[in-house]
Amino acid sequence: MLSDEDVREILKLIDESDLDELLIETAGFKLHVLRGAGVVSPDPTPHTPDPISNGLAINAPMLGTFYRAEAPGAAPFVDVGAKVGPDTVVCLIEVMKMMNSIPAGVSGTIAEVVAQNGELVEYGAPLFRVEPDG
Amino acid sequence: MSVSRVFVANRGEIAVRIVRACHKLGLEAVVGASEVDMDGMAAEMADRAVCIGPASAGDSYLRPELIVQAALGTGCDAIHPGYGFLSENPALATLAHEHGITFVGPPVEAIELAGDKLRARREAEAAGLPVVPGRELATLDEARALAEESGYPLLLKAAGGGGGRGIKLVTGPDELAGLFGVAVAEARAAFGDERLYGERFIRNARHVEVQVAADDHGNAIQLGERDCSVQRRYQKLVEEAPAPFLAETTRDALREAGVAMARRLGYRNLGTVEFIVDADRGDFFFLEVNCRIQVEHPVTEEVTGYDLVAEQLGIAAGKPLSMRQEDVVLSGHAIECRLTAEDVSKNFMPSPGTLSRFAVPDLPGLRVDTHCRDGASIPPYYDSLMAKLIARADDRDAAVALMLEALDGLEVEGVETNRSLLASVLAHQDFANGAVTTRWLEEEAIAA
Repeated sequence: MLSDEDVREILKLIDESDLDELLIETAGFKLHVLRGAGVVSPDPTPHTPDPISNGLAINAPMLGTFYRAEAPGAAPFVDVGAKVGPDTVVCLIEVMKMMNSIPAGVSGTIAEVVAQNGELVEYGAPLFRVEPDG
Repeated sequence: MSVSRVFVANRGEIAVRIVRACHKLGLEAVVGASEVDMDGMAAEMADRAVCIGPASAGDSYLRPELIVQAALGTGCDAIHPGYGFLSENPALATLAHEHGITFVGPPVEAIELAGDKLRARREAEAAGLPVVPGRELATLDEARALAEESGYPLLLKAAGGGGGRGIKLVTGPDELAGLFGVAVAEARAAFGDERLYGERFIRNARHVEVQVAADDHGNAIQLGERDCSVQRRYQKLVEEAPAPFLAETTRDALREAGVAMARRLGYRNLGTVEFIVDADRGDFFFLEVNCRIQVEHPVTEEVTGYDLVAEQLGIAAGKPLSMRQEDVVLSGHAIECRLTAEDVSKNFMPSPGTLSRFAVPDLPGLRVDTHCRDGASIPPYYDSLMAKLIARADDRDAAVALMLEALDGLEVEGVETNRSLLASVLAHQDFANGAVTTRWLEEEAIAA
């Protein structure tokens, strides 16, 4: 995964070169730069969690109300200590009565529930902290 | 209907403008920003900023459900949509009302009606406003029939559109079939509505619009007019108030027509009734109603002395307008220039980037509405408006001189701008003499 720093470095290199177009593609990442077009196409892949201290974050893929369980009183989808895989549903985010199931997107163990149940979470806000496997 | 915390569903200079008006009125402001705008000036000035989605407007600023959810989640009791984005989309106003949030704008019915050019035209006729000869066109044969009656050039527009998109100028019969097909396709693609409207094209037209305001207490007034004839591809570049080179009888008739239209629609909040004035004959025709704060509202503020965004918030909260018609006195002359991040030499290609330097000169009578500053970024995802320079002086010539001084003293580094084009327009003999029509910039100034 490239950092913002890496991307800036790449853009700087292109800027100093004679290249008119550059396409970099790796697993889960695509950067397409056209000189003079004025547009850098945004990363088309889903939002990838930013590494945080001692682990990974599961970030909100959309703004909405964060729910830890299917219904009030029901058991939470996951709790601290739960093992999750990329497809494990960890919470719901409600946008105007639409309930969206949020998968973990990473593998590991839930280390912390960061977001508050029933509260608004912003796009990109950390929801859970995950200790990666291994 | 009390309003105490306002959700600002926009970005750039207008989000800054709305936050300022909220704070002036003692209201809290929450800015809903996309990921790339979270470090912008509006987000910084607001009492709170929430990230509503990624940079792409289609996943953030254009999503009514995200806006309303964010407004609810932050305890806002009103949503100000600014201009563009969802400001004239009835879906946002409807959803806000359904959740008990006040929409700072006209009633949903007025937004729907104004968005439908054919219905708006019928209402204008019913209100006694003159309209350009024309009608809805279902087929190419109907377009041919209209062209035979009213002659060329003929203007084809998307009936469900706005903002200058989907408009085609047909100069002769050999172009009609081709452009009719293109216009239908564009109308369908841009607005999901392939109905077309054809009308006689007025060759030498000036764009003059009347600022209207109406409250819940039966007051409907006008705050003078603006001339926005300097346009490129139907996008305004330079605006001024009052409209120059207009016969006083025409000016009075235009203002009365604006109020008549507002009353006919049962309009509330701030609106603009747009007209075209035939520069050759002096008569005018209704064009459309804009149900939002206009980009160019500052020129009206500068000559009337009223804060129009504050009036919007007051009207939305159920208060009466702070002025009556007889209080509205225009004083002096104001000109606005839209500074954009575009490379004029490369066919107005957008020039996004980071501003290593942005500074405006401190001149008496100069106002600058902007979200730009040293280090600010102009992202590639949105329109390229960087700042609005507004010069106010006792008369038009002095306002022009002040604007030229302002453009000259502007410091911008990091992106290309249209500054030199703006300066050449302001310094042009045609601009000084009132020889500017809506096609002037493209045909004379840029081509020259």
